[in-house]
Amino acid sequence: MKILVCISHVPDTTSKINFNADQTEFDTSGVQYVINPNDEFGLTRALWFKEKQGATVHVANVGGSETEPTLRKALAIGADEAIRVDQTATDGYTVAQALAPIVKEGQYDLVIAGRESIDYNGGMVPGMLAKLCGFSFVNTCIGLEIDGNTATAVREIDGGKETLKTELPLIIGGQKGLVEESDLRIPNMRGIMQARTKPLHVKTEQSAAAKSQTLRYEKPAPKQAVTLVDNAEQLINLLHNEAKVI
Amino acid sequence: MPILVYAESDQGIYKKSTQELISFGRAMADQMNTEVIAAVTQDASGAELGQYGAHKVLQLEHQALSDFKAENVAEALSQAARAVQASVIIVSSSANSKYMAPLLAVDLEAGYVPNIVGLPTSYTPLTVPHNVFTNKASAHTALNSDISVLGLSKNAYGVHHYETSAEITTHNPELSASTVEVTSTDKASNKVMIADAEVVVSAGRGLKGPENWGMIEELAEVMGAATACSKPVSDLGWRPHSEHVGQTGKPVAANLYIAIGISGAIQHLAGINSSKVKVVINTDPEAPFFKAADYGIVGDAFEVVPDLIQKLKEFQAQNA
Ligand SMILES: Cc1cc2nc3c(=O)[nH]c(=O)nc-3n(C[C@H](O)[C@H](O)[C@H](O)COP(=O)(O)OP(=O)(O)OC[C@H]3O[C@@H](n4cnc5c(N)ncnc54)[C@H](O)[C@@H]3O)c2cc1C
Ligand SMILES: Nc1ncnc2c1ncn2[C@@H]1O[C@H](COP(=O)(O)O)[C@@H](O)[C@H]1O
Repeated sequence: MKILVCISHVPDTTSKINFNADQTEFDTSGVQYVINPNDEFGLTRALWFKEKQGATVHVANVGGSETEPTLRKALAIGADEAIRVDQTATDGYTVAQALAPIVKEGQYDLVIAGRESIDYNGGMVPGMLAKLCGFSFVNTCIGLEIDGNTATAVREIDGGKETLKTELPLIIGGQKGLVEESDLRIPNMRGIMQARTKPLHVKTEQSAAAKSQTLRYEKPAPKQAVTLVDNAEQLINLLHNEAKVI
Repeated sequence: MPILVYAESDQGIYKKSTQELISFGRAMADQMNTEVIAAVTQDASGAELGQYGAHKVLQLEHQALSDFKAENVAEALSQAARAVQASVIIVSSSANSKYMAPLLAVDLEAGYVPNIVGLPTSYTPLTVPHNVFTNKASAHTALNSDISVLGLSKNAYGVHHYETSAEITTHNPELSASTVEVTSTDKASNKVMIADAEVVVSAGRGLKGPENWGMIEELAEVMGAATACSKPVSDLGWRPHSEHVGQTGKPVAANLYIAIGISGAIQHLAGINSSKVKVVINTDPEAPFFKAADYGIVGDAFEVVPDLIQKLKEFQAQNA
């Protein structure tokens, strides 16, 4: 089984979000980048398939050379090869279009992406990619087993979950649940050394123009100070009469 | 060119998020001098959908649409959109809509923007405000495709009332067999879901252990609220993963969010920030949550929560 894990390179969850002076671009200064958390769960599940079922695991990112440390981290954790499509990731549509030829040419059986990137929260790349490649698709996937050509996937729905059966090739939008928090791996010295010599291919074909463009960003207005109360009665009173939410 | 709204229903009932979607579509349609058409996959009442603003109801009829299958719904909506020549399709932030929307967007070669928090700020080109960085910021994004798919955040617009009675017409899409088959569904029927809840009662590691959640569930029940928790609480297995809210969990856009024994880490706050009113109950006055909350009680959850339950019951008895 050949697995491709799509890796989005995102600001660490503790990052303060700031923009440049004219509010048109994210200010990357001082920001630490990581593997998108949803993708890290997916990558860890892919490595489980590698170890238990002999799968090959490749990782791919659409982005500039600044994303390579993130791809190297995925290699250090255990992925076999990495691919970077050298293109600025604008909207989800262009990212999906840039990934589609990689998926087709690489003849992957399973593509694991994340439910959403925690930066732009598109939640669209896996579904679009599935449609562009003609693969089956399961979103918000919290469990995945593969037996031959058949996949059993568990999907989170509002208020519960659903078990689905489908055939490979398959794309999932994954999240926590694919593996547990405690299964996540930290690269060790040996992994980091090996990652230096593992292949990292750079592709330069450009995909079609974006269908959307962000004109400017805004930060939420500063909050008013909290109103502290002493007891439940005062709280109920304020929630009823002032906030009008009960 | 009309606006098509995917009006999801649950056993014939239109949730508030669907009502809101139609009202949002109507406000856009009024600006664009066009009409809003509610696309439904189950039997609908034109009078009911008209009340929220729909001019027309388009009933999509096909056996495959009796249960939700993302591929089929996407195909049906894209055919409907072409049939009525819609330029905008509006979907909700439900798990099903978020699953389906990217498929629909590719089918229609449409730009797709999710997490929209207000009406367009421009119609030429169509420009919409939406949350990014998990609610740590918002963006104004312009679409340059002929057709646009817009995903509306919950509680971002509200339900408005109209006196329109929508005429119902049917459309029979041609659907291919879904490649994904549902083998079982496991859904709590009597629980309020985080996604729909007006009020969410959430608790963190300050509760010390899973055995102490009785009072949290009771508080939620009294308030008709959904229960939620911080990430470590679900990682520790005290509560199910489905209750984990925050940047890497579920987003919460409730009217009222009550955080009990939760410190207010940046990742937690990111996910719950778009809730309207936030209340914190924490023993530590320095807990970062107090900076993000509207109301707070510095106190021990084990004393405050039982008292709150008691006083709420009295309040409800008086206001009944
Ligand atoms: C990559 C990443 C992603 C993350 N994503 C999320 C996420 O999505 N959601 C999330 O929640 N977290 C997330 N976190 C974790 C986050 O950083 C915090 O660790 C977590 O939110 C803390 O949970 P807590 O507030 O329940 O626990 P703690 O930080 O331990 O806080 C417990 C609080 O309870 C108070 N307390 C103690 N006793 C009482 C009492 N008797 N009565 C009242 N109050 C009491 C304490 O004063 C304290 O403030 C993430 C972390 C990382 C690294
Ligand atoms: N630039 C990118 N390169 C590779 N994969 C990506 C990229 N952006 C998004 N993805 C994948 O698509 C998922 C959903 O992203 P998004 O649609 O941007 O929210 C992510 O979790 C990744 O798996």
